[in-house]
Amino acid sequence: MATTSTYVGARIKRTEDPDLLRGRGRFVDDIHLREMLEAAFVRSPHAHARIKSIDVSAALAVPGVHAVLTWKDLPPAAQKRLPLLVPNPAIRDPRTQYCLAKDEVCFVGDTVAIVVAESRYIAEDAAGMVEVDYEPMPAAAELTAALAPGAPTAHSDQRDNLVAHVQMAYGEPDEAFKRAKIIVRETYVQHRGCGHAMETRGVLADIDPDMGQLTVWCSGQSPFLEKKCLVDILEWDPERLRVIHPDVGGGFGPKGIFYVEEAVVAAMAVKFNRPVKWIEDRREHFLATTQERDQIWNTELALDANAKILGMRIAMTHDNGAYLPWGIILPWIAVTTTPGPYVVRNISIDLKVVFTNKVPTTPVRGAGRPQGVFAMERILDKAAGEMGIGPDEIRRRNLVQPAQMPYEVGFIYRDGKPVIYDSGDYPTCQAKALELADYAGFAARQASALREGRYIGIGIGSYVEGTGLGPFEGATVRVQQTGRVTILTGAAPHGQGHKTTFAQICADQLGVDLDQIDVVTADTNAVSMGIGTFASRITVNAGNSVHVAAQAVRQKLLKLAGCLMETHEADLELVGGRVSLKGVPERHKTFAELARTAQGMPGFSFPEGVSCGLEHTEYFSPVRSTYCNGTHVAEVEVDIRTGYVRILNYSVAHDSGRLINPLIVDGQIQGGVAHGIGNALFEWMGFDDNAQPVTTNFGEYLLPMATDVPKVKMVHIETPSPLNPLGVKGAGEGGTIPAAAAITAAIENALSPFGVKLTQTPVFPQRIVELLEASGAYAEQGPRRDPV
Amino acid sequence: MADKRKIAVTVNGERYEREIDTRMTLADFLRHELVLTGTHVGCEHGVCGACTILLNGRTARACLTLAAQADGRSVTTVEGLAAPGGELSPLQQAFWEKHGLQCGFCTPGMLMTLTEYLNENPAPTEAGIREVLTGNLCRCTGYQAIVDAALMAAERMRIGA
Repeated sequence: MATTSTYVGARIKRTEDPDLLRGRGRFVDDIHLREMLEAAFVRSPHAHARIKSIDVSAALAVPGVHAVLTWKDLPPAAQKRLPLLVPNPAIRDPRTQYCLAKDEVCFVGDTVAIVVAESRYIAEDAAGMVEVDYEPMPAAAELTAALAPGAPTAHSDQRDNLVAHVQMAYGEPDEAFKRAKIIVRETYVQHRGCGHAMETRGVLADIDPDMGQLTVWCSGQSPFLEKKCLVDILEWDPERLRVIHPDVGGGFGPKGIFYVEEAVVAAMAVKFNRPVKWIEDRREHFLATTQERDQIWNTELALDANAKILGMRIAMTHDNGAYLPWGIILPWIAVTTTPGPYVVRNISIDLKVVFTNKVPTTPVRGAGRPQGVFAMERILDKAAGEMGIGPDEIRRRNLVQPAQMPYEVGFIYRDGKPVIYDSGDYPTCQAKALELADYAGFAARQASALREGRYIGIGIGSYVEGTGLGPFEGATVRVQQTGRVTILTGAAPHGQGHKTTFAQICADQLGVDLDQIDVVTADTNAVSMGIGTFASRITVNAGNSVHVAAQAVRQKLLKLAGCLMETHEADLELVGGRVSLKGVPERHKTFAELARTAQGMPGFSFPEGVSCGLEHTEYFSPVRSTYCNGTHVAEVEVDIRTGYVRILNYSVAHDSGRLINPLIVDGQIQGGVAHGIGNALFEWMGFDDNAQPVTTNFGEYLLPMATDVPKVKMVHIETPSPLNPLGVKGAGEGGTIPAAAAITAAIENALSPFGVKLTQTPVFPQRIVELLEASGAYAEQGPRRDPV
Repeated sequence: MADKRKIAVTVNGERYEREIDTRMTLADFLRHELVLTGTHVGCEHGVCGACTILLNGRTARACLTLAAQADGRSVTTVEGLAAPGGELSPLQQAFWEKHGLQCGFCTPGMLMTLTEYLNENPAPTEAGIREVLTGNLCRCTGYQAIVDAALMAAERMRIGA
């Protein structure tokens, strides 16, 4: 039966907000339990060293310290390395971290010992008094050098630093290059920084020794992953272990994996039979929370005389840090994203993943895609320049056309399924973005600016993103005996407004208002299985689960009311928390009455066709990923004296399928672009030649500020995905993915009078000034060319 | 060990007397001693602004202020912004309507900074709002909705005044 859509598609204020605005959020550090102990970690100050000895006596003597524990004090299963969460046959050495270092530390920040004390103040005092005798070893620091023969290895028992060497191809790339009219080559050195959620990581473990019940609250994105790991590491009964992500202050990817601190803190709660909490500080976040960092892309593009892409060859090297907490997913996504919205019939990829003595890398918002998009978009810009056509035109000639949908690219995606773009209209999307940006009028604006001595430029970036990855997410929809509706799910929100979105989807099926719906998220007791909130996957997976479950509950309501009211179901409707006879609203059954009836009475059978409970649990499992897309256009002004880049205009046309709540999607796009601006202009996680981090606070590592991020002009295109009932696609990362490419192109365009070429990110002011200096821009008779 | 000191602080209009370690930060005092957990700690080095509170009516970083420094002074936290009856302040209401928050972690600091600013600048410009917000980092929103909310709140407060 069709339902009228009142909430889905509407721009609705979030139900999450009133508590957060009043300071009544409940983040993990807001939970204070009686008898709670607090922990601090002793971390390695060396990128690579052997531990000769650890003396904890001085630390133990500090009043208020309960224990100082090292690797040998951990329970047996916690003495093993962490499980490899995402194996891949290409991984040569599936190296994961010890919960506490056994005898060797492999990055600055590697955990060495835990101090448990009455307060964090005391724990930190004592942590500074743990004496670790290290024998420093040579470090694998820079990723290219780490691959050189004879380079220091990141782990003392390794022969080299090669994690994996993956070669993939489709079509006939070498043959395509032989046919080429023009071949364009460039090397891009790309850096993406860290996630830097404003809330750092944190974990609180509480034990009920009588019941054998362990409850773990932590700031995360994947409660079931957390539970799975804790069950193994603590050898705990899964039925007596509950993981909850309470309010989470941002995730952006790095909180999606399992961390050693979570295992150790939970083990401490078990050991002491008391709650134990650890809250990461920002410096630890710089040291020990996963990042994305460096990739080097050797990129070659072959084109015919009409600027049609014939083939592409990529050799990419990725810095994975010291361990493989998330396998090689990140670089895999990066390279398979490269073709983007363009028809690339022939491609070869040579991917090398490298161990270094740095904190591991795992996906940060965009998850490697920004780099793949950067390589493609920047090489297209270069090709356009060499062929004398516009950056818009070269893209237009190569876009996948709507009639080609569904379009099979040729790659196998990270989900093991072929990359098949399910739907979308890329030419329209590009056209709308160009229109929004007044691209056609830019040449006049640039000429006018140049006459005033101002340097402005424009750049384009387009992307296609695989979203809504399976295998599933689950939701239960339940009508309570109070008449209220509860949605329970393992999906783990951290700012995306899941609760509002799910309630909107459910409300339309059940004919109730949003304020009649309660939503429980990120709790392993809510449903029995779950995956996690990352990879722009929740509205597709959990949203459709809510949709299907609510439809099933709707049918149960109609069936039961029909029986009780002796009416055909077709004559009934769901309005305002009641099932009513159409046109005769006074003849009705309330949800509360129906829910109580559905609970059953001891010994009395249900009427035929009626089953117990007004609830349904659904685990929606998509057949494969659904692909969203978008085009960004950045217009910037560069102050050539200071190198400061001001973003004058930023335009986005994007298609993430059907929108559930445009207000929320707007926010995702605007926030995503801000993250991309950080990647383009500011964010650099630096390490010196010994792999010692050199940017460990927000004075050294810059996040975009309110003065750096303009209002993003946007237009939503809604091409429904054919792969799920709601027709939705992911929207969480598209704002970030092409931003660095578009902004860098715009800066290069602004500086085109000086012939400056940009092949690195981030594009710092000092780098711009250096390049301008090298180009002779500051010479008295500096070169001036026409902008291109 | 740590020195102790007795302090008396008025928080959101209510007077509290406590004996505290002299090294305790005001943020920890509010969060742990008074269980006013709305004030968030994001960086502990004074950059992110999540811990911003009003100390005698002026914004201050609760992470860089010692609790002892608040002795004899009044503190306003995010919990003190809504009306006694629970009605959201015009700024809080505008944040809600404009989607000025996502994860909500930086929000209390944003609200405190803007509360002070709008009190002093009833007719703010967008540039002025952006400038004052440089002391508060947000990773989720890209700031635009926060700026829009501040402008909306200022307009409503002018009309209401």
